[in-house]
Amino acid sequence: MSEPLLRVSGLTKTFGGLTAVNDVGFEVREDQIKALIGPNGAGKTTIFNLLTGVLQADSGTAQFRGNELVNSPTHRIASLGIGRTFQTSLLFDQMTVLENVMVGHHLRGRANMITASLRIFGVSAEEREYRELAMAVLELAGLADLAGRSAAELPIGQRRLVEVARALAAQPKLLMMDEPAAGLNMRETDEMGELIQRIRAEGVTVLLVEHDMSLVMNISDEILVLDRGQFLAEGSPEQIRDDERVLAAYLGAEAVD
Amino acid sequence: MKEPSTEPQQDVDPTAPNEAERQARRRRAEKVQILLFFAGMALLPLVVTNSYYIHVFTFIGLNLIVATGLNLLMGYAGQVSLGHAAFYGMGAYASGILTAKYGWNAWPAMGGALVLTSAVAWVIGKPTLRLKGHYLAMATLGVGIIATVVMRQWVSMTGGPAGMQTPGITFFGHELESHMDVHYFYFVWAWVGVLMVLFANLVASRPGRGLRALHDSELAAQVLGIDTAAFKVRAFVISAAYASIAGSLYAHSSMRFLSPTPFDFHTSIALLVMVVLGGQGTLWGPVLGAVTVTFIQEALRPWAQYDIVVYGLLLMVLMIFMPGGLSRGLSTLWQWTAGVARRIRGRGRGGEDRE
Repeated sequence: MSEPLLRVSGLTKTFGGLTAVNDVGFEVREDQIKALIGPNGAGKTTIFNLLTGVLQADSGTAQFRGNELVNSPTHRIASLGIGRTFQTSLLFDQMTVLENVMVGHHLRGRANMITASLRIFGVSAEEREYRELAMAVLELAGLADLAGRSAAELPIGQRRLVEVARALAAQPKLLMMDEPAAGLNMRETDEMGELIQRIRAEGVTVLLVEHDMSLVMNISDEILVLDRGQFLAEGSPEQIRDDERVLAAYLGAEAVD
Repeated sequence: MKEPSTEPQQDVDPTAPNEAERQARRRRAEKVQILLFFAGMALLPLVVTNSYYIHVFTFIGLNLIVATGLNLLMGYAGQVSLGHAAFYGMGAYASGILTAKYGWNAWPAMGGALVLTSAVAWVIGKPTLRLKGHYLAMATLGVGIIATVVMRQWVSMTGGPAGMQTPGITFFGHELESHMDVHYFYFVWAWVGVLMVLFANLVASRPGRGLRALHDSELAAQVLGIDTAAFKVRAFVISAAYASIAGSLYAHSSMRFLSPTPFDFHTSIALLVMVVLGGQGTLWGPVLGAVTVTFIQEALRPWAQYDIVVYGLLLMVLMIFMPGGLSRGLSTLWQWTAGVARRIRGRGRGGEDRE
């Protein structure tokens, strides 16, 4: 078996007396859709924050293509090829949809504040190129009609799609999605599921946190279950569905007994 | 995804292929605006022959340079400087001292002042901008106070409160005369033109978008690979550099004289008001702000100690009625008028109006 894309081990984070993530380890293989599930407070989003440098870990490592993610700055982790979307979409509300996606191209741009001011060293051409590329990404995501709209005006479903399009514009190897279906209706959730599968088909590995079980069961190759910050179970959707420990964690131990 | 949008279309030219093309058109329109504006400024001395007004417009130009730099910091990087007059003063005094005391030519002195001021800004910005929150505002407040003390107390270099004489500047062998001179007006406004074009270029490209992005959401900007701390530091250094250039221009012309008063805390606040009043985060906001505030300063000259009261009132009224500043307020008014006009015309043509 080939080297995993992401290997996490011994990840621990405490907030005061509370251990939010306790010695968690897992692997994500290339071209996989892997889901992180667990009851509220299981530490899923905390793990995302630790892996993207938003929070500092107490201990543990996370190797991504030979680079250590734990306690690296967020922008450097992004430059390694990791994209992320948020539970509540963080769009740049003062910009248009097109500009949002153009920011997604940031990592591939070269213009700095001096060359951009003077319009030298091909800055104008680069700008034109990224404008066209961003437009192409929006067309691919079916959002071309929205390009000129202010991001602040969009309803939640479209905000989420724009956020995904923006993350993809950076051409990540791994896309971490925090509850991509939160706040979406059933039709939108189905579309999101299809989009995630299309993203994987494009060669992007997906790691997601999600509460919508039917979505998780439908699209995931592998599921990791956490409970109160600890590893509980890992396996295929079928294995997880039949795992008694998982049922117990979700429903309470008495219900299963 | 070709189904027609159900949303009302606003001002969209149906022949335009897509938003990318429209964005490029807006950029071109902006260039035309800049060109027209500076053509107007070039013709101004033909209409306004009174040398006092030429002097006021020259000062508007200097203020505009500082305000444009401050706008990059406030309107784009989302940080506040409460001591920008200090950088303006640093540029002025560094130029003045290098020329008057060390015999430098004014042009290299201007470069030296620029390097020095930028370096000071970097030293202040680097540690404070790593932290979340408005630590830069605190640090710059301190810098403003220190700069004023130095300008007043380092008498051997600055001449203290009594001020110092400064030499002029030659431009292609032509010695620019003192402050009532229309040549000097053109010289300053040429600088304004160049620096505004550089500013417009900067904000409409990758780093400019990066700044606006981090202003909206630092976290989202970081996960897209933007080094937000470094971006803020660079924006701060550039804004200080703009102030330094304006300061050097001030030193080598105006009255051939420097004193600490024009670079004190009052000026820092006035500069802040220019940016906020005009509309931060826009190209034309600082223009409106610099014109308005400079004229207010001139009008209040007999009661100069009360200017802070006037600024305070202005800011209050503005925050209530035009939180986006004059430029956005005017553009909203314009769109509203244009909308009404369109509706009237639409009815005239037999109800083509879709709304």
